[in-house]
Amino acid sequence: MGNKSLIEIRDLSIGFSNLAKQLLPILRNIDLTIEAGETVGLVGESGSGKSTLALAMMGYLGNPLKVLTGSTSFRNQSTFDLSARELEQIRGGELALIPQNAGQALTPTQRIGRQISESLKLHSKVSEVDRPARVLELLTQVRLPDPTTLVDRYPHELSGGQQQRVAVAMALAGEPDALLLDEPTTGLDVTTQAHVLELLRDLAKETGTAMVYVSHDLGAIARVCDRVVVMYAGEIVLDGSVRQVLLKPVHPYARSLLASIPKLREASLPAALDGRPPAAGDVGKGCAFVERCKMAEDRCALERPLLQFTKAGERVRCHLFEKVEKLAASGPGSAVDRSLISHATEVLALDNIAISYTTRGLWDQILGRQPNDTPTVDDISIVIHKGETIGLVGESGSGKSTILKAIAGLIPTRNGRIIYNGNELLKASVDQRSNDQLRRIQLIFQNPDDSLNPRQTVAEILAQPLRLYFGLSNQELHDRSVEILERVRLGGHYLDRLPSQLSGGEKQRVAVARAFIAEPELVLCDEVTSALDVSVQAAVLELLNRLQREFGTTYIFVSHDLAVVRALADRVALLYQGRLCEIGPAADVYSLPSHPYTEVLLGAVLEPDPDSVPVLSADDIVELSPMPVGCAFQRRCPRRVGDICETKTPPWQQVDDEHLIRCHIPHIELRELQMGRAN
Amino acid sequence: MLTTFQSVTKNHLQDRLFKVLRDVMSSPSGAIGVSLVFFHLVLAVISPFIVPFDYREISSLLMLQGPSFEHWFGNDHLGRDIFSRTLLGGREAILITGIATPIAVIWGSFIGIFFGLVGGRIDEFAMRIVDAFLSLPWILKMLVLIVTFGTGMGVLIPTLAFFYGIPVIRIARAATHDVVARDFISAAKARGHGRIAIIRHELLPNVLDTLMVEGAMRWSWMLLAFSSLSFLGFGASPPTPDWGLMIADARGFMSFAPWGVLAPVVFLSSLIIGINLTADALAKALGIDRIQKAPV
Repeated sequence: MGNKSLIEIRDLSIGFSNLAKQLLPILRNIDLTIEAGETVGLVGESGSGKSTLALAMMGYLGNPLKVLTGSTSFRNQSTFDLSARELEQIRGGELALIPQNAGQALTPTQRIGRQISESLKLHSKVSEVDRPARVLELLTQVRLPDPTTLVDRYPHELSGGQQQRVAVAMALAGEPDALLLDEPTTGLDVTTQAHVLELLRDLAKETGTAMVYVSHDLGAIARVCDRVVVMYAGEIVLDGSVRQVLLKPVHPYARSLLASIPKLREASLPAALDGRPPAAGDVGKGCAFVERCKMAEDRCALERPLLQFTKAGERVRCHLFEKVEKLAASGPGSAVDRSLISHATEVLALDNIAISYTTRGLWDQILGRQPNDTPTVDDISIVIHKGETIGLVGESGSGKSTILKAIAGLIPTRNGRIIYNGNELLKASVDQRSNDQLRRIQLIFQNPDDSLNPRQTVAEILAQPLRLYFGLSNQELHDRSVEILERVRLGGHYLDRLPSQLSGGEKQRVAVARAFIAEPELVLCDEVTSALDVSVQAAVLELLNRLQREFGTTYIFVSHDLAVVRALADRVALLYQGRLCEIGPAADVYSLPSHPYTEVLLGAVLEPDPDSVPVLSADDIVELSPMPVGCAFQRRCPRRVGDICETKTPPWQQVDDEHLIRCHIPHIELRELQMGRAN
Repeated sequence: MLTTFQSVTKNHLQDRLFKVLRDVMSSPSGAIGVSLVFFHLVLAVISPFIVPFDYREISSLLMLQGPSFEHWFGNDHLGRDIFSRTLLGGREAILITGIATPIAVIWGSFIGIFFGLVGGRIDEFAMRIVDAFLSLPWILKMLVLIVTFGTGMGVLIPTLAFFYGIPVIRIARAATHDVVARDFISAAKARGHGRIAIIRHELLPNVLDTLMVEGAMRWSWMLLAFSSLSFLGFGASPPTPDWGLMIADARGFMSFAPWGVLAPVVFLSSLIIGINLTADALAKALGIDRIQKAPV
């Protein structure tokens, strides 16, 4: 074999025919070579064809898809010419796939040990007697604790990160030459993601396995890949080393994509990329990116650029790459205007809120007894001022969405009060609140696919709050809907569309419009950008910021993404297991001293910069339920001082005027400890 | 060019209806199914005007005659023309089940959606009652009512509608559960809409597809049930021409005059197959995976 390439793709085009019998290409003229031991990232937004390309490498095409031109080969065997049996030999053995959601990829009724030994049976020469030992070896290799007890567990008994590791172990069972990873860490918490990526990085070094990462997350790619291939509308637009692509991209799309990612160290809104990628078959004869490109010339619309080599050895598909090369690195995004915050006016005060999901039994209800378990969310007191944006940050299960739902009146609180405008006490349930109270607090959900009724047109969606709160009808209803649609940059012609006829970003704009049409004072944003592509995310953040300035709205912004919160929030509150750890102005929270949990989270954030190295100072396994006594973060804390952490609830320490940290370690000492780590 | 909200909505409904119809007709099985159902419905309306003989006309000379040029499907044990009787034989079955099916679907959906929304222990308890009803053989529980109250449309329609609404409860409840968990329902609740408004605007449009397919399936089961009751002598009463009754009458002579059984069997099966094919094509066109169910 010698210097033969591992995977070779030559002029590959894949497409499908639509109902009108037109041939729509999904992938167009892909040329890609992957050498043994290489780690390559396939990057692009949803619909760019990156997953289709990865699956094509395994010789798999989804149902309506067919090869239009070209070929792919694995070790000189043309993959699409192989028989089903020959493909079975390659797949899982020499070429293994790690799917996005390991929890769904593992068989729920089989113990971990059996699943792995099944892969060994199919894809390796390990004899039956040696298999149990090899299973333990594999589990140790993926750094799972206590492999001997783990083999008897079922998948649901493991955490998301552990499931992903088991999937990696199964893929490694066949000692593959190449691993395909389809969004391997999407959907995992930041700390878990950092741990899994470090593992994959080490495995690539140890085993010399070639790895192909499919991801939309340039931060993850930066950490694990040597080479990055950027895809747009089914084409490769840029292919170069990770340093070249991330630090000095020579394609306008890659430049805009990088600029649209919020940065942890910059308190500014990232630059949005307007427009949307062309649909399959909708690309003209020119460059696919021409409509969104700020540099486009006449030639770009008429002539499709070829994939050509730069002097530095990258491949780029752009007529003007030499010009792009000379551009300076894109500067910081636009700063957020903080002048509207009025600290004197209190909009909402959460006073010692506790929420529990356990329902009281009939007997307890009659006697008025409270259950004495540990509540899911406890001891939350936050005051929110008019015009400010407060970010609630935490990993999954931290109770951040629960708090939002309690404010919206969807979940009853067990203890505490929600006070509106300094004097109105908000009732716990929506049924008990007045129409006006309901109107002033609006909620925007994470996924617009789920929060917009698929059977209602945009007009009907917007009409619901207008009829309910203002009793509007006909002409007035229509005018107000058109007005708000223009405010969110959609326009009146969207009125008769159904959600299924809109793109992800457009849907979220409709959801934003539905909230703002009620003229709210407080808008609760529940992970509003996490289901969106980065360039769309930037546009939605920009929209939210503009609407805030126009309407003087107050936001509570829930997110797991520290960089997104950094871009928008004035103040940040960190939650662990439903308990507040730290709260303060964004600039203070993101600098030292930090609560140990903030420190762990900030350390695990992956930035789209090949030089940033994550600091993994704590394990990534979250408790199933909050600790009944002591500090909530006691078990995972890298700075634990002793028994006091387990027995006493830590006090609030005032670092600055508004910056509070809840920890037993004095904040001056904490700062010194953390400075020492930083040096 | 101002479009009002009502017209926009109506256009979308029409568009969707056309699209679903086109999708149903574009699949071969859907086209066959719809044609069969259409054929039977038209026949039920026009058969009294086109039959060549009176269905009551008895003739001792023609007893158990095989198919001839004059009597296409032969004659039964009383010498009546089987062709005429077969053409007429679906009228009562289609009429009764055609009334009973919508009633069953409506009351079943109503109860199912109610318990799906209420949830919790009340829902659990109600579902056990539903399970108890479902666990009894259908023919047994229907016979109890019919024997008590007698036959005739006034008893048959409520009986069929009642028992065939029970499985609909389960389907409607499951569909409701799927929709209730989604964020647009939470969004409507958080906005402060009332329960009725949420059901009307948010829930119903999303469960209607499932209920439509379920309705088609219920109809085919109900037709089979009605014919079985007639076969046992509890459905249509003589001398009304009815497929179930005709099969029962001709059964004894099957060894030497099989045409008496064959004609009604072919007609009854073709209608049921037609409905099933239509329901399947409809489910595909609406994007629902219908779970194959055993008769209940």
